Amino acid sequence: MKHYGIRSLLAGAAILALSASASFAEVIFNRGNSADPESLDPHKTSTVYEANILRDLFMGLMIHNAKAELEPGAAESYAVSDDGKVYTFKMRAGAKWSDGSPVTAEDFVYSWQRLVNKDTAAEYAYMLSPVVNADAVTKGEKKPEELGVKAVDDMTFEVTLNSATPYFLEMLTHQATYAISKANVEKFGADFIKAGNLVSNGAYMLAEFVPNDHIKAVKNPNFYDAANVQIDTVNYIPTEDRSTAMKRLEAGELDSNDDIPTEQLAELKAKFGDQVRIGPYLGTYYYVFKTDKEPWKNVKLRHAVSMAIDRDYLAEKVWTNTMVPAYSLVPPGISGYEARPAEYAEKTQLDREDEAKKILAELGYGPDKPLKMEIRYNTSENHKNTAVAIQEQLKPLGIEVSMVNTDTKTHYGHLEQKGDFDIARGGWIADYKDPANFLDLCKTGTGNNYGQYANPEYDKLLADAAAAGAEERMKKLSEAEAMGVARDLCFVPLLFYSYHTIVSSKLSGWEDNVMDVHPTRFIKKN
Amino acid sequence: MLRYVFRRLLTAIPTLFVIVTISFFLIRVAPGGPFNQEKGLNPVIKANLERQFGLDLPLWKQYLNYLGNLLHGDFGPSYNLPDFTVAELFRTGLPVSVQLGATALVLALIVGGALGVFAALYQNRPADYMVVAAATAGSTIPTFVIAPLFQLFFALTLKWVPVGGWGDGALVNKIGPVITLMLPQLAVVARLMRGAMIEALRGHHIRTARAMGLSDYSVVVRHAMRGALLPIVSYAGPAAASLLTGSLIVEYIFAIPGVGRYFVDAALNRDYTLVMGTVVVIAIFTLFFNLMVDVMYALVDPRVRYD
Repeated sequence: MKHYGIRSLLAGAAILALSASASFAEVIFNRGNSADPESLDPHKTSTVYEANILRDLFMGLMIHNAKAELEPGAAESYAVSDDGKVYTFKMRAGAKWSDGSPVTAEDFVYSWQRLVNKDTAAEYAYMLSPVVNADAVTKGEKKPEELGVKAVDDMTFEVTLNSATPYFLEMLTHQATYAISKANVEKFGADFIKAGNLVSNGAYMLAEFVPNDHIKAVKNPNFYDAANVQIDTVNYIPTEDRSTAMKRLEAGELDSNDDIPTEQLAELKAKFGDQVRIGPYLGTYYYVFKTDKEPWKNVKLRHAVSMAIDRDYLAEKVWTNTMVPAYSLVPPGISGYEARPAEYAEKTQLDREDEAKKILAELGYGPDKPLKMEIRYNTSENHKNTAVAIQEQLKPLGIEVSMVNTDTKTHYGHLEQKGDFDIARGGWIADYKDPANFLDLCKTGTGNNYGQYANPEYDKLLADAAAAGAEERMKKLSEAEAMGVARDLCFVPLLFYSYHTIVSSKLSGWEDNVMDVHPTRFIKKN
Repeated sequence: MLRYVFRRLLTAIPTLFVIVTISFFLIRVAPGGPFNQEKGLNPVIKANLERQFGLDLPLWKQYLNYLGNLLHGDFGPSYNLPDFTVAELFRTGLPVSVQLGATALVLALIVGGALGVFAALYQNRPADYMVVAAATAGSTIPTFVIAPLFQLFFALTLKWVPVGGWGDGALVNKIGPVITLMLPQLAVVARLMRGAMIEALRGHHIRTARAMGLSDYSVVVRHAMRGALLPIVSYAGPAAASLLTGSLIVEYIFAIPGVGRYFVDAALNRDYTLVMGTVVVIAIFTLFFNLMVDVMYALVDPRVRYD
């Protein structure tokens, strides 16, 4: 504890010195974040909790602005070759690390090589998959130096891709592609990540990290746009207990929280009014059939079950409207993409049930031969309520549903090892704003293709899309969704996620967006 | 006595070894692993991660490595919080849990003990009924009810204390957690003390003491209480081991950065090294406090001798 005490004193002195020169009171933003980050090393992170913090500490080549629109970040501008394979980034003039040294193209070369290096064991190494040799380096077949990146000079960073990748710039907003200071890592080794050592190029720099208590970041005086950053200090406070978080917000101990206890939505709305924010988020809550197993091999049967599930009821009653009924895998909110929902999306629930009954009768299921189905889900009150509601909805059709509940690690361990099941729960939150991020889930042999859906035609459509120009590509992806999801139900989309946050009225500049991205540098506090 | 303590400390070593061995293999039986999650990892990346943490080695080799490191005081890195070693997590979290737990325990023993004696002296009178009723309520109302009620009343309505957080160890931040930790213990101590005291007051030596004309104070405090302390001592040992190593519920609800959460979180996350670290810490606390109980016995009860 002493260790941190001294650190905070030093950081405090630094803030005092800063605010004294600017002669205004320190603005502190206490930001509730559901969990502590796993790591602050951008190359070792994967969750949105880390993303929220790292977005403030670091700046990728591209960034999301307050509305989650793409803007140049550490790069001032970029040029793309005619074949779409070579990206040349011009580094931002005058951009500095928090220790005052310049951010160079060499830092990005070093960082990207580190990300794909097999010894780094980065979970999100695949964010650089489009880059020449990236996958081979991760597999250990090639050396990190062979990655398709180079520093033409200090201010010019060049990337060569395997093929044109329209969403590549969007991927560069992800924390895995951030740069760390090469000089700093060489100086401190593995301890470069500790508060006091860490050097970053974002609007804020790390001052303290007390696990399960808080992470304190202070304004980076070397940030190129520091003049427009109003909040001096951000404290990220882990708020595992959402009810406590609401009380802390009410008492003024927190200014925002990234989650709310949705079961108390009505009371929260009454108490906090429009400080409660709910809106569409790029994520899908799904069930998945084991498609390589009888009787679920039969597409018609999969559809019958899917149609009998009343998604409106799930969204309204189980999730108190913090979710939206889903009939396609790709959520709305991606510009240029036309989702292809199942054809029964337009019908009424009664019609769907009638059709489901017809199919079941056709296939010979009935009172004498009831269809048995086991739902596997991971522990959570809402997952349980969802499964129970589905069990009740399927009962009148003579489907006997049983349930297996396991903890999260057991659940996904079972699915990953291709364990036996009938239907299982899962969710997917977009890593970047592109339909391929969802549709790749149904590609043959992909790790997250839990249903073992295998269709060469589908794979070909995805491959064709990857090779096509922007507009053509979106069309092909739409076709793929129509085939794999709407026709074949490789996944059964049930609900689209919504973000549900609470933001004090003292804050301005917190713009609602489908990525639920809110960099502190664009937020102001009165 | 000293020889006894020394012998007990020596036998603690094989006990710890057995605990470590059983726990090491038991947690590996649980399905899934530290790197299973909603977004499944690509097999190449998962293999890289497992290699980095030595999880690709045969289990017996991992076990030997772990034991070897443990002998050097190295608990290893946490898989799910790779910025910290397990030792660092305990170095920051354990003092928090110990401070709260020790304060709660001491208060529970003093206040609970006093209430128990008081109730015994006024047995079957209104004062006794009140203590018994309060103690029963105290041990039946769960922590996860007391804690939010405390927050609602003292933090939101009266605004005397903050709702949660550690606040770098400020006194106001500790009040809620300490009271919540203390109440159930206090209730148990009061009930135990009352029972033991009633029993002791019926003893022949008390009748003799009274017959000899000793003062009430001397009878109660010097003669009755000494014997009545025995059940309290045996209860306080295990209670100390569990209180000082933190409480998941109290830490969650009051947003306290202690180590109680690791016992559950680490197991659910299959954070093997953190699970082992927690097991070792709790085992050491338990062994130590059991030894303390036996030593206290000898000090309190003249009939107990260890030579």
